[in-house]
Amino acid sequence: MFKKILRELRAIRGRAYVRMVSIRRDLLLLPFQVILPVLAVAAYIYLYRFIGAPPEYGTLVLIGGVMTTYWLNVLWSMASQLYWERMMGNLQIYFLVPASKMSILLGMAVGSMYTTSIRALSTLFVGLVIFRLPIELKNPVAAILLFFLSLSALYGMGMLLSSVFLVWGREAWHLSSLFQEPIYLLSGFYFPVKSLGITLATVASLIPVTLALDGMRQVLIPGGEKMGFLPVWINILILAVMALVFPYLAYYGLNYMERLAKKEGRITTRWQ
Amino acid sequence: MENNNYAVKTIDIKRTFKKSSNLINALKGISLTVNRGEFFGVLGRNGAGKTTFLKILSTLLYPTSGQAWVGGWDVQKDGQNIREIINLVSGGEESGYGILNVRENLWMFSQFYGIPSSIALKRIDKYLEMFGLKDQAKTRVSALSTGMRQKMNLIRGLLNNPEILFLDEPTVGLDVESARHIRSFLKDWIKENDRTIILTTHYMLEADELSERLAIIEGGEIIALGTPSEFKGLSQTENFYELTVNNFPESLDINIEGVQLISKLPQNGNTILKIRLKEDSLLSELLASLNQHGTKLELLKKKEPTLEDAFVNLVGKSSIDVSGA
Repeated sequence: MFKKILRELRAIRGRAYVRMVSIRRDLLLLPFQVILPVLAVAAYIYLYRFIGAPPEYGTLVLIGGVMTTYWLNVLWSMASQLYWERMMGNLQIYFLVPASKMSILLGMAVGSMYTTSIRALSTLFVGLVIFRLPIELKNPVAAILLFFLSLSALYGMGMLLSSVFLVWGREAWHLSSLFQEPIYLLSGFYFPVKSLGITLATVASLIPVTLALDGMRQVLIPGGEKMGFLPVWINILILAVMALVFPYLAYYGLNYMERLAKKEGRITTRWQ
Repeated sequence: MENNNYAVKTIDIKRTFKKSSNLINALKGISLTVNRGEFFGVLGRNGAGKTTFLKILSTLLYPTSGQAWVGGWDVQKDGQNIREIINLVSGGEESGYGILNVRENLWMFSQFYGIPSSIALKRIDKYLEMFGLKDQAKTRVSALSTGMRQKMNLIRGLLNNPEILFLDEPTVGLDVESARHIRSFLKDWIKENDRTIILTTHYMLEADELSERLAIIEGGEIIALGTPSEFKGLSQTENFYELTVNNFPESLDINIEGVQLISKLPQNGNTILKIRLKEDSLLSELLASLNQHGTKLELLKKKEPTLEDAFVNLVGKSSIDVSGA
């Protein structure tokens, strides 16, 4: 049993390594990866400054910008990853090795979180140091819980989507595009989700990043309580449930996909 | 665990694929046993069913019907146990990540078997040296040549020291030297480690040199099973000759009962004819016929039967790739 656990941990580390090392190898891309996510955030900060909004509005956008990087990473690097692994010929090997496919996906998630965190930190740095946006750590425990639970739920969702996207094959790319813009709106990246109205905000709260932003703004922005749609503890509770349910569903999705691959003879083959 | 005496045992394995509204019978009932420690070859033309057969044995595909055991484990029920004792390397494989170097890439794959890094890296360095890739250890995978990449793939297949190694046309597209190096390595590896190798190929030379026993698959069925010398023996009932002739008319059709023209190849103004005779006595009749058409014999050689001859005899066609890289 202990040997098996060690094997799964090693598999996670092995797959995470690819992502972790990629940020060091492609140093030329690093400035773009750091600068580009900051631009949209900066645009909103200038807009709020121009109309004379309180500086807390800038912090609201900053938190949205930080979480956006994770969401985009889940959508473009996690959800469609198994599809690309298939195109590269790696998927067949993942089916061939004794390590669990979940561990390999988890490795991708861990590696992605690491590289995205570098981008997210750079956005945070720009917001706090260059724009001198106000931030107040009112409830550090809640802030930490919200952050880590939202990452678990988000990447769990990414793992689930990756098996779903794989079954849909070539449509995966379009599905990512289809998800991107509506979720930008519904999650309230640049405004409090409360302003969508109760019905739409409730629907939007099915998306982990919406709950994370709603909660984090309440515990990190001076006077942020007024922006909240749900009480912070409810955000934490729902995120905790999502952090368990999404990986569990991903596990079933992967098993289903594996059975399908073996039964129908597709998925592990590139041209099918 | 059943049938543990064999490395592989299959009973009436069938596999059907659905393509559009058609059903394709890739395997039509393969029954076979491969002994432990055996180097077993599977010969067949493209599309004969070799790869499908290996995919079933390596747990990548379920059979539509029939049963198969690998290392005593059932391929449908005990996939996890099988994956711990096997590995599969395919020709032209492009697995791995171009951003990693060769050593890192192999290390990553070793982690999926749970091999501790210290052991994995020692093993990787040993194999890199044996395969002449030591200098490329720090080269990015994306910069490797086809031959180097295939050597790296083979090392990946050896990392978990598999009891049973499946090789699906491992030397396809390789230059003569690389292919020879891989064949030589495999012969030593199987002997030194008491392992089993099942190799699919359509290179006759490779099958002849490596395999202790062979199965020929055609149209999803095994049409012959035996040792390479048994196969060659099958062709010995007939006689093969190579005739170098001058002034051979293009349109000439040799129409003598018991005489079959296998191939004709122009060379330096002459034509080389490969002929199969039912009996040696037909040779004089053939030469007389050629003489009548003004064809002059320059050189006559009697050929010993090869595995290629046996294959052509059994499969009935000569359109296979017999270049034997």
